[in-house]
Amino acid sequence: MERDISDSRNQSANSLTLSLSLDKQAVTMSASLFRATPVARSALRAASAVKPAATFVRGKATLPDLQYDYGALEPYISSKIMELHHSKHHQTYVNGLNSALTTIAEAESKGDFTKAASVAPLLNFHGGGHLNHTLFWENLAPASREGGGSPDGALGKAITTEFGSFESFVKQMNAALAGIQGSGWAWLAKDKAANGKLALITRANQDPVTGNYVPLLGIDAWEHAYYLQYENRKAEYFEAIWNVINWKTVAKRFEA
Amino acid sequence: MVNLGSIWQNLLASQAPLQSMTGNATTMAGLATYSLPQLPYAYNALEPYISAQIMELHHSKHHQTYVTNLNNALKVHVAAIASSDIPAQIAQQPAIKFNGGGHINHSLFWKNLAPAETPETNYSKAAPSLAAEIEKTWGSFDEFKKAFSAALLGIQGSGWGWLVKESTAEKGRLRIITTKDQDPVVGGEVPVFGVDMWEHAYYLQYLNGKAAYVENIWKVINWKTAEERFQGSREDAFADLKALL
Repeated sequence: MERDISDSRNQSANSLTLSLSLDKQAVTMSASLFRATPVARSALRAASAVKPAATFVRGKATLPDLQYDYGALEPYISSKIMELHHSKHHQTYVNGLNSALTTIAEAESKGDFTKAASVAPLLNFHGGGHLNHTLFWENLAPASREGGGSPDGALGKAITTEFGSFESFVKQMNAALAGIQGSGWAWLAKDKAANGKLALITRANQDPVTGNYVPLLGIDAWEHAYYLQYENRKAEYFEAIWNVINWKTVAKRFEA
Repeated sequence: MVNLGSIWQNLLASQAPLQSMTGNATTMAGLATYSLPQLPYAYNALEPYISAQIMELHHSKHHQTYVTNLNNALKVHVAAIASSDIPAQIAQQPAIKFNGGGHINHSLFWKNLAPAETPETNYSKAAPSLAAEIEKTWGSFDEFKKAFSAALLGIQGSGWGWLVKESTAEKGRLRIITTKDQDPVVGGEVPVFGVDMWEHAYYLQYLNGKAAYVENIWKVINWKTAEERFQGSREDAFADLKALL
């Protein structure tokens, strides 16, 4: 599991730069989001005469700024939804992730690995929530700017190859979104194990995209993502969101 | 003729497919359809704790969708049984479980709610034997409420919290459980009452403040229904669902 998370972390390093603010002491950014730093580890190896509290160094996850105003995705996603989604929901995942990391670091410093492991579900949920939303905001852009349309270049070609046409891809992604039973996400991903072939996958709740898959484009199918505007008519939200998809971001991730 | 037994067989089939595929094709041949139950109160009757708008959408749209999709899935499932197409039968099981669960859960939920400050929502008067058992198990109502609320707030994603009476325990020991998405309580337990923690159950009124929804739901728990279910059997708790055919 640690490997999965660090895989997706590496792939999303660009995104996460935005959302990490590091303690001055922290050794590297990449070591700081999901696990205690090497400093804490060597302190543990040295074990005996260490004062654990003084040896923690870790990055703190922080809420990334949006690259557009809350109202910028109107009329497809309302300003109120964007504000709550970003400033409340995403913030809660950031807080939950930091709290899980603190618990793990404290448990690790005491050598209490049972306690550390017991936090795994919270780490997955809040860490996934932070990661998913960070990727999601970058996948969106105002329809008056980069939002909407369809991708060209290598990404456009790959979508046609994999799904028949852009329209067919949208249809398949909307069907995947509509088929989620409960809360979750649908993703266009690149499958590293299949020579970079595109794949359409869904994830339950806040499970992050990990392992062989590189997340390119995610759409949030939690009710909080659309309910204030679309109520139970989620198919209308899935139709509308294509007007504000930032294909430049998707292409950049695809080509990375 | 389909009765509640057959929907349970469908639901259980996801755990034991072969067992349910032997011998029930005839009982399922004349498929009956499930229908949306009437609410025992008006859409605005749970105000100010649950808004009329939430209740109307939740009942007339969300619950209706589960009923519609359950009937569709059962129809496909019956056809697959008739043609001995086992892969096609299995392919319907997630839809039957999800939509059948949604129908069961919401049907139980509407009946375990009641307008605030009515005899039904008076905990100690309406549920004397359940209250005694709750206090025996958790020490006090407040401790029970704390434990149940924490379970509700701990759900990651969509799901439900339930107070259940365990079937095997002598004198009906109580337990708090949570179920994900629309998974119904399918063990032998008797569901005493449930609380819907899907965002559609509270979002229009409480937005991201789900702790306030959880705090307020206690004002509209129908303790009379809870007491009856606690004293009764699993069959009794599900009797209404049979009548909805």
